[in-house]
Amino acid sequence: MMWQESVNVLVYKWLELPQGDKLSDALNFFIYDTVKILFLLIVIIFIVTLLRSYFSTEKVREYLSKKHEYTGNVLAALFGIITPFCSCSAIPLFLGFLQARIPIGVTFSFLISAPLNNEIAIAMLFGIFGWKVTALYIGFGLLVAIIGGIIIGRLGLEKDVLIEVKPIEGEIHAQDRKIVFKTRLIDAKEYTLDILRKIWLYVLVGVGVGAFIHGYVPTEFITSIAGADNPFAVPLATLLGVPMYSNAAGVMPLIEVLTSKGMLLGTALSFMMAITALSLPEAMILKRVMSLKLIAIFFGTVTLGIVGVGYLFNAIL
Amino acid sequence: MKIEILGTGCSKCKALEEATKQAVAQSGMFAQIEKVEEIQKIMEYGVMSTPGLVIDGKVVSTGKLLSVPEIVDLIKAS
Repeated sequence: MMWQESVNVLVYKWLELPQGDKLSDALNFFIYDTVKILFLLIVIIFIVTLLRSYFSTEKVREYLSKKHEYTGNVLAALFGIITPFCSCSAIPLFLGFLQARIPIGVTFSFLISAPLNNEIAIAMLFGIFGWKVTALYIGFGLLVAIIGGIIIGRLGLEKDVLIEVKPIEGEIHAQDRKIVFKTRLIDAKEYTLDILRKIWLYVLVGVGVGAFIHGYVPTEFITSIAGADNPFAVPLATLLGVPMYSNAAGVMPLIEVLTSKGMLLGTALSFMMAITALSLPEAMILKRVMSLKLIAIFFGTVTLGIVGVGYLFNAIL
Repeated sequence: MKIEILGTGCSKCKALEEATKQAVAQSGMFAQIEKVEEIQKIMEYGVMSTPGLVIDGKVVSTGKLLSVPEIVDLIKAS
């Protein structure tokens, strides 16, 4: 809150802008939000990256290969939170898991959970909505990943994997590479700066548009589209989220403003999950190793799960 | 010496290839650099996070864009 007071002083005292005026309030909101979000992004991404350097997909694979279904689904979803994941290595990861004789359903639990719990989304969520909403997002995300994985595992879709996977003989062992702590720190710093360079503009644009809505768009308008008045707000938000992949940084500030103007939290959660979990570029990449049917089932299951979470949430709260 | 860069064509994989070329030039060693893009071959190395760096058939790094000095160290160590 100290930060809000500092921004108040800057905008209303030093710049001598009138308080209560739409433009100066929007400017106040913009400065307050961008600095707060960028600061939290740096801190959270740095910490998450540092923690993640202790986990590798290779080690997770070794561990999961010894687990059965169900337990495997739960663990795979949990590992999705802490393992570094990039959609560009979705294929080697997918095939690598199958190689280790990990069931296809367990593999999908990981594949759903990992992008859902990416560090940018988590950092933005925490920075904007606080730990409660972040925990709900992670919790319900895990639920979608676990149930989605179990359903896909049940459908017997092994033949829809287009590349023949040769199982690894015998026990699976991940190589352990010793990395000194200082290197981990440097790596985490580099990675954080790299991410920041990629997303800072999206954050600015997102908060800018948010500040505009904050100041100029009437609450009734938002409520009629995204609030309780519209029973189809949840599926609509989910569909809108799909093309916004990797723009969690730009969209989250918008969602903040929309929720403050009457968008229900369940609808907001669905929107956020659709942004991170359902990515068209990832689908295109996966097409090289999966049949269209398998991809459609994968996306269909996750979509239903996300819509379900949204409705459930709106009903409870 | 044979150095292989494993990657399915992501931007980090290309950057790693460039860095490796520079590192080889700096180290003064003679090395053959090869880009491996075929998914089956990448899987044979057991690598799941690209880009991967393989020196003389041994995986020395995965999922990371190494800096030129880091690659020089790896080349000298093997």
